[in-house]
Amino acid sequence: MRRLINANATEFWLILVIFALGLFLSLTTEQFFTLVNFTDLLNTSAVNLIFAMGLVVVLIAGAIDISFAVAASVVQYVAALALMALGGGNWVLGFFIAGACGVLLGAVNAALIHHFRIISIVVTIATFNVFFGLLMFFTRGVSIYNLPGWWSDRIILWEYETASGAWAEITLPVLVMVFAVIATWLLISHSSTGRQLYAYGDNPEAARRIGISPGAVQYIAFGWLGLMLGIAGLMQVNYAQEVVPNALFGRELDVLAAVVLGGARLGGGRGTVLGCVLGVLLIAITENGLNLLGVSPYAFKMVVGGIILAAITLSNLSLESLAGRRP
Amino acid sequence: MAEQAARGAVLAMRGVSKTFGGVKALNDVSFTVRPGEVHCLAGENGSGKSTVIKIATGVYTADPGADIEIAGQSVAAPTPGLARRLGIAVIWQDLALFPEMTVAENIGFEALLGARPKPVARKRMRETAARVLARLGVALDPDAPLRSLPIAKRQIVAIARALVGEARLIFMDEPTASLTQAETDHLLEIVRSLSASGVAVVFVSHRLAEVLEVSSAVTVLRDGRLVGVFPTEGMTQSKLTELMTGQTFDSAVAARDRSAAPPVLELKGLTREGEYADIELTIRKGEILGITGLIGAGRTELGHTLFGMTRPDRGEIRLDGKPVRFRSNGQAIRAGVSYVSEDRLSLGLIQPQSIADNLSLTVLDRLLTAGLISPARKSSLVDHWIRELAVKIGTPADAVATLSGGNQQRIVLAKWLATEPRLLVLDAPTVGVDVGARAGIFAIIRRLAEQGLAILLISDEAPEVYFNADRVLHMAGGRIIGHYDPRATSLAELEQAVYA
Repeated sequence: MRRLINANATEFWLILVIFALGLFLSLTTEQFFTLVNFTDLLNTSAVNLIFAMGLVVVLIAGAIDISFAVAASVVQYVAALALMALGGGNWVLGFFIAGACGVLLGAVNAALIHHFRIISIVVTIATFNVFFGLLMFFTRGVSIYNLPGWWSDRIILWEYETASGAWAEITLPVLVMVFAVIATWLLISHSSTGRQLYAYGDNPEAARRIGISPGAVQYIAFGWLGLMLGIAGLMQVNYAQEVVPNALFGRELDVLAAVVLGGARLGGGRGTVLGCVLGVLLIAITENGLNLLGVSPYAFKMVVGGIILAAITLSNLSLESLAGRRP
Repeated sequence: MAEQAARGAVLAMRGVSKTFGGVKALNDVSFTVRPGEVHCLAGENGSGKSTVIKIATGVYTADPGADIEIAGQSVAAPTPGLARRLGIAVIWQDLALFPEMTVAENIGFEALLGARPKPVARKRMRETAARVLARLGVALDPDAPLRSLPIAKRQIVAIARALVGEARLIFMDEPTASLTQAETDHLLEIVRSLSASGVAVVFVSHRLAEVLEVSSAVTVLRDGRLVGVFPTEGMTQSKLTELMTGQTFDSAVAARDRSAAPPVLELKGLTREGEYADIELTIRKGEILGITGLIGAGRTELGHTLFGMTRPDRGEIRLDGKPVRFRSNGQAIRAGVSYVSEDRLSLGLIQPQSIADNLSLTVLDRLLTAGLISPARKSSLVDHWIRELAVKIGTPADAVATLSGGNQQRIVLAKWLATEPRLLVLDAPTVGVDVGARAGIFAIIRRLAEQGLAILLISDEAPEVYFNADRVLHMAGGRIIGHYDPRATSLAELEQAVYA
């Protein structure tokens, strides 16, 4: 038990904090501990979680991506235009086009990083600007509302009318998110490819000497993030029911914060699917709680920032160092 | 002749050259290893040993014209995967392990290689790791993350990784660098048993005694060229040194009697719980006092206290007869104490910065003119020490990382000598420095002593202390347990006391 906790210290603390926060909110607000609130939390977190599943793979491989959220906006536009040109399309075509566009944009980042030997943060800050600039230039900031019905209509997979008359619903993005989580978990924890990504992020030179191809690592990591961002973009449209060019602008830092909170290390080699899920949930519950407590939405970012600082600081301190060492 | 030698060889490399950006790192080198032999690859830093290993294992590709045969199969350009399949394993000097992964995953990572994804068989990896560790006679928790292990245990993990699978030939690049004597003995035992079971081992080590003890043949490289292949039988350390450097060194005891000089440092009953206890010693002006003992004897910890980095629990430190209590190393520096750290590469120098910047770092406050650093005073200081210590450099603006180990060590020395210390603490000053360069460094140290500097020389290599210090103390378990005068003791006596 002790070893289980030690090996998964971040996850353990996150569960504890989420539990404490949940308990506090259940006692102080009436709405928190309700089925409707829980399903709302899931519906609103689904897109971020899909993004997080892609980003954590890139972080594990020792890289970082700033461009994925605006890349998802590009995917949304390209998919919307392509689907309309194809006469409307359907879900299968939608997933295919969004996934393929996403992988392509991810491959652009991987290619720049691998073939031109530029570090990932520089490459993706540049592609962030390029993607967003191109998008705003060609769309002139105009949104698309007349989307095919299959895409923009809410798809309710499960619903339940509570005693108070409110409806608890689970929508399509939640199901897709569950698939993304399971697929990512299988990739990074249970496939040799995933372990190679960990190894490369942990010690690139050692990985190279043992015969792991650095190029393959970049393409797989950014390709996976590409697939996830494509799917997340598709789902965000289903959630928002429109395509707005700057709808996802700024989302990259929210997701990055949640993933880092979940224990992924910017240096690579560390990060888990469970940690990511808990990181995204903690931030979602915090925002939800502040909302329910009637705190101004302008305070959200400040509180979230504070939580991240506290979490990172505490996870860097071991128990021995808290107990105090001699100078 | 050459054809015959190569027949049945597990590795035969002929006519291997390697050029890096115009510099020839290897020039027409041949290297042959027969099954089951322990073969030593000897040479100074930069002589091309690592390049040979990296070419044999496919990390580098040799220049065209090389002829490489692994297990009788001609291989134009080995890749890491091909070399492994043909039975070549390596224990790298920097270990090349994955700190975030478990011991079992580090040992059995081979099972996870390959471009095609396959499921991770954790149970089988754990069994593999347990089997190899049992063969090594080491108890390690296979589920522990590697980062939780001390460096010596990580070394064991690196060895274990090389033993997974059916290796025909294992390269060991400085495998004993961070091991204690007992661990080293155990490793040499393992090498012998591997050899007996038909596995060839290529052994690379700076410790020539080890090399001569374990190997049956030695291939010597110098400046990227092959000097020759020699049997270990009848080879001596000084002969080998001569082959590696192309120079002769006479080791003679350099001790002098300094008992008439005034004391600079006196320690009385100095104790820090868990590190060292009841240390009594005196270092006089111009004297070199050597402290030797195994890793973990408390030598380095004592050095840290003298430099103000830790505080003693009991006892007294007197500098020039006056009791001192340092609260920081800044105070120690101002009082005239300098400390050259054991871990030169990571702690002693800022590798990417220039020679001039590194050298002047300790005395920036003395270079100020009207509050700003004066370029003229800085360059005259740098020039003075470069000349004084005969450091071979291009220009002072070059990065320190471009220098050889020996010249880097001189820059560290210069950096501390620039503070004009009265007491210089040298902790393992020749770690990672070649035999040839060592002699140069000790010549400097002796000249500094002649000029009146008191020097505390800490080293786990008894011969180094024996030949260079005026008096030798033997430390074990945090206490001083023996005093030796090199003029009245033989090296064998001292080594017997320290290593037995």
